[in-house]
Amino acid sequence: MSGHTRVSQVRRGAPASLALLAAFFAAWQWGPSLFGIPSFIVPPLTMVAREFVHAWQFDHLLFHTGVTVAEVLVGFALGSLFGAFVGYLLGMSPTAEFVLSPYLLALQIAPKVAFAPLFILWMGFTVYPKILVAVLIVFFPVMVNVLTAIRGVDPDLINLARSFKATRAQIFWLIEFPTSMPPMFAGLRIGSTLAVVGVVVGELVGGNTGLGYLLTFGEGQANTPMVFVSIVMLTLVGGVAYLGVILVERRVLHYLPARSANRGL
Amino acid sequence: MVELSVVRLEYSNVTMRFAQSGRGTLTAVRDVSFAVHDGEVVSLIGPSGCGKSTLLNIGSGLTAPSAGIALVDGERVEGANAHVAFMLQKDLLLPWRTVAENVMLGVEIQRLPLAERKKRAEKLLASFNLAEFSAHYPHQLSGGMRQRIALARTLAVDPHVLLLDEPFSAVDAQTRMVLQRDLAQTLSKARKTALLITHDLLEAVTLSDRVLVMSARPGTIIDEIAIDLPHRDDPFARRHDPKVNDYAARLMDRLEISRVAIESQAAEGAA
Ligand SMILES: Nc1ncnc2c1ncn2[C@@H]1O[C@H](COP(=O)(O)OP(=O)(O)O)[C@@H](O)[C@H]1O
Ligand SMILES: [Mg+2]
Repeated sequence: MSGHTRVSQVRRGAPASLALLAAFFAAWQWGPSLFGIPSFIVPPLTMVAREFVHAWQFDHLLFHTGVTVAEVLVGFALGSLFGAFVGYLLGMSPTAEFVLSPYLLALQIAPKVAFAPLFILWMGFTVYPKILVAVLIVFFPVMVNVLTAIRGVDPDLINLARSFKATRAQIFWLIEFPTSMPPMFAGLRIGSTLAVVGVVVGELVGGNTGLGYLLTFGEGQANTPMVFVSIVMLTLVGGVAYLGVILVERRVLHYLPARSANRGL
Repeated sequence: MVELSVVRLEYSNVTMRFAQSGRGTLTAVRDVSFAVHDGEVVSLIGPSGCGKSTLLNIGSGLTAPSAGIALVDGERVEGANAHVAFMLQKDLLLPWRTVAENVMLGVEIQRLPLAERKKRAEKLLASFNLAEFSAHYPHQLSGGMRQRIALARTLAVDPHVLLLDEPFSAVDAQTRMVLQRDLAQTLSKARKTALLITHDLLEAVTLSDRVLVMSARPGTIIDEIAIDLPHRDDPFARRHDPKVNDYAARLMDRLEISRVAIESQAAEGAA
């Protein structure tokens, strides 16, 4: 039944959505000159497209994008693994949570991107400080969601497993771990977009690789189209990362009623 | 009638006290002793909060009593026991497991070979007319079906003793009658021993060999009524027996339901 509404939604919505995109591109292309905005403030679409080709050929756009993607991937993977691990640990040990929670709270309140200059001082103009900022920023949403999920497991479910003489490991793998999956994916979704933010801030602060560097390079040369190209590429990287998480989530959480009915983001 | 031979489940002078934050201890049950024999179905009724679930937790080894002991097959219950399985009002089905996988949960935990697990699940699902749903997920099924799957999961570990805590109180009246019949037939066919906690006096009378009545907290057994009726495997047939109402009336008197109702009205009036 919901499949039908979804199909009709797409049939009705897709043309409108495409029309909106066309209108946006048109406004981008002709709007600035219409309102007398100079092209170094808002370059029209075709100028940005030309800059894209130019940057691809002469400014190693692909290389810089690759560096950013790699940093995002590694930072996201490490941050979520670490976050999940600590989340499970604290979820299963109230003592550990009691001891660590004030420090974790303090670290969570501190704006993670503010650590970027410090990490660059420590590790130089390498990829590592950027990855580290991403790790730190991805860590919290995943950790908090996993911790809350483990705390929220129905004690009767645990008792059911115990009544079958389950070991601690069996309780974890058969009950707690699967229960934590939906909240964990909610955390991973947030983390996937935050990872890009962390990496870019790291690249803005120091180094000569990555899309964040290209951004400051463009800025330094008053090359507004290059700034636009970098922003578009960063949005693409974040979007692909988010989509990747959603695709995995759909396979893993296929049993959830809402998933099969609603294929939207 | 069941021959009362082997004692399967026994409570001997069981007392349970809970620490209450700031206000000393709360005695949930006091000095409870009774035995359930092989193949017997015994119901436990009593006002809510009188410690029925506490007794069930003690029998399944999830909670240790403050005093006294529980015995299963003559052995003291210390921790979970493979011969006891419980079922609650909540079905506790795992949403990420199919129906068959849910039925196999207990036997998987107990590390039975996969072939044996599958055989048991298939057989149980077939006997509950759920074979066609074995690959479905719980959210695709009705409450009654889910509860039947929970019963199948309980039976899959082939326990000697079933502890049932208000298993059907969350389903609608008609579904409940069907589930009661399924339970009665299964218990009688497999000659299982069961302790059934219920709020429903008719359920207690139609499903059991004996009914134990508990007092308000601290809960203790105040009466024991043998249900001397045929058809323990067929609650529908029993419902037609006029004597069922006599038993139910007697249980109602023992629970002092009318007095409790008047008291709670008085309390409301005073408030
Ligand atoms: N783990 C616990 N800690 C503290 N008090 C409890 C605990 N379990 C049960 N109780 C208390 O013991 C009493 C009996 O509870 P319970 O056995 O659930 O009653 P029933 O199942 O008969 O309604 C209640 O007053 C309840 O609040
Ligand atoms: Mg109860």
